[in-house]
Amino acid sequence: MLTNRKSVTGLVVLGLFALLAALADVVAPYGPLEKDYTALKQPPSATHWLGTTHLGEDIFSQIAYGTRGVLLVGLTAGVLATVVAVVVGVSAGFLGGWRGESLSALSNVFLVLPALPLMIIVASQYDDPSLFLVAAVLAITGWAWGARVLRAQTMSLRSRDFVQAARANGEPLWRIITVEMLPNLTAVIASSFVGTVTAAVLGLTTLAFIGVIPITNLNWGTILYWAQQNGAFPDFWWWYVPAGLAIALLGAALSLISFGIDEYVNPRLRSAGERARSRKRLQKKRTKRSPA
Amino acid sequence: MRLLLRRAAFYLFTAWAAITINFFLPRMLKGDPVSAYLQKNQGRISPEAADALRTLFGLDTGKSLAEQYVDYWALLFSGDLGRSFSHGLAPVTEVIGAALPWTVGLVGIATVLSFLLGTTLGTLVGWFRGGRGDVIVPVATFFSAVPYFWMGLIAIAVFATGLGWFPASHAYGKGTSPELSAQFIGEVIAHGTLPALTVVLASLGGWVLGMRNMMITVLDEDYVTVAQAKGLSRRRVVFAYAARNAVLPQLSSFALALGFIVGGTLVMELVFSYPGVGKLLLDATTAKDYPLMQGLFLVITLTVLVANLCADVAYAALDPRTRQGES
Repeated sequence: MLTNRKSVTGLVVLGLFALLAALADVVAPYGPLEKDYTALKQPPSATHWLGTTHLGEDIFSQIAYGTRGVLLVGLTAGVLATVVAVVVGVSAGFLGGWRGESLSALSNVFLVLPALPLMIIVASQYDDPSLFLVAAVLAITGWAWGARVLRAQTMSLRSRDFVQAARANGEPLWRIITVEMLPNLTAVIASSFVGTVTAAVLGLTTLAFIGVIPITNLNWGTILYWAQQNGAFPDFWWWYVPAGLAIALLGAALSLISFGIDEYVNPRLRSAGERARSRKRLQKKRTKRSPA
Repeated sequence: MRLLLRRAAFYLFTAWAAITINFFLPRMLKGDPVSAYLQKNQGRISPEAADALRTLFGLDTGKSLAEQYVDYWALLFSGDLGRSFSHGLAPVTEVIGAALPWTVGLVGIATVLSFLLGTTLGTLVGWFRGGRGDVIVPVATFFSAVPYFWMGLIAIAVFATGLGWFPASHAYGKGTSPELSAQFIGEVIAHGTLPALTVVLASLGGWVLGMRNMMITVLDEDYVTVAQAKGLSRRRVVFAYAARNAVLPQLSSFALALGFIVGGTLVMELVFSYPGVGKLLLDATTAKDYPLMQGLFLVITLTVLVANLCADVAYAALDPRTRQGES
């Protein structure tokens, strides 16, 4: 996977964002809410790299500190959702019978519930939802797809010879699941983790933009919320373009990682381009040899 | 037949679960709607009137939760979703009914367009894999990662405020009223174009990528090679052999996308102030209009369920393997 160009690009971009989040104190020239009333709505300059807001806050600093909120919530939601998906999906696939069926029905119910309306309804009930609560809400609405894929994969693994052999040898259930099956599910788990993180980042910024997450929880969506509330569109481009681009860049990086995983799982996707090109070259040679 | 019964059981169960969640959702939240309503109209409502309101909304504290649950079902079956606080106590069904056509019309057209365009494009990119068309993959990836509300705002800033090609918000002009006239229809189209275009642009990438990946997988199958070896025309191989099989997963996602039409474009309606279901839900949430919220959530969930059902039926009709399998 580390030799795949797509996933390496994605990982590098993700790493840069992680670095920005970790070193926000060092990188950001100002505090995120530090106000400079002498420089209101200033375009980018040497003192304010990405300009300032209507209160003279430095936008680059806001983005740097906002990265923390985005990554923290995204990764927490991803971990929570993946844990639930693995527990529910693998047990549903392994158990079968009525227990498997009811677990699968549970994930289907959550798949059908519309995520964004549910998030808005739940999040708007709290005056001051903590970061963890927001992540939990995002995880609740985001685990079901992974569980469904994992269930299908587990069901196909269950009847493979090596699992049957482990059963016949009398290996305990936990060992069959953790040692025999989980390693074979890694790619699917990783791909569903990346998928939930992407969905969580988009969900978080959307919630923040709508205004259901308190403004004290600084992230990229909050910046856009303030920009829209204070009439930044369309003239003060430095206020809204960078934050949106940051979201898109992070999302694209995560999709690239997940493409890398997809190509690892499905080798046909990986080599499609190269094989097609070599086939074309071959055809050209042939037509040259026999000009018919 | 057995499969059909199992699917029916699944849908009944899911519908029951969704309705039950819908019943408990407002009851788990702090503060009841009547208190919120009273607070807003402080002093204007007498305690007796408040009691009457509580009874009207089925929030009688004297009743047990189980009784309330039974009552809720009885009301649902009689098509009564309660009354909306923020719309002058109008029946929720009417309020939703007024918003539904806008959402379904605009987003429905956009979703169908996006699916047709994206799938065709994906077929071609998949067929000409390794060619120049592969550029579309990173572009589509980027566009599907862009947050929708941001793209909508930029579209407004550029095409509505900047160039003035389209109106920036609402479904029709301020002076006109809904009627069947050329002017009204023209205004609806003018107001709907920009939001529809942004919805298409935002969802196109997913369709292209999905179709491309399926095409690439299907093109390796023996029957495609055989079809080519038989000397069939390229168009026939692409559309009648490869795309026809590759499109199956696309169709099931399409049915799901149709289900999310009602609930999925909340953000579009917020950005464009479009008077649809999503905007209604947002307004209901800020106004703490619980009956309306509950009704909307129910409608949104049920549409998704119906769309799932359609996806199942379509899949069974198109792919004989699903009919035989699972037995």
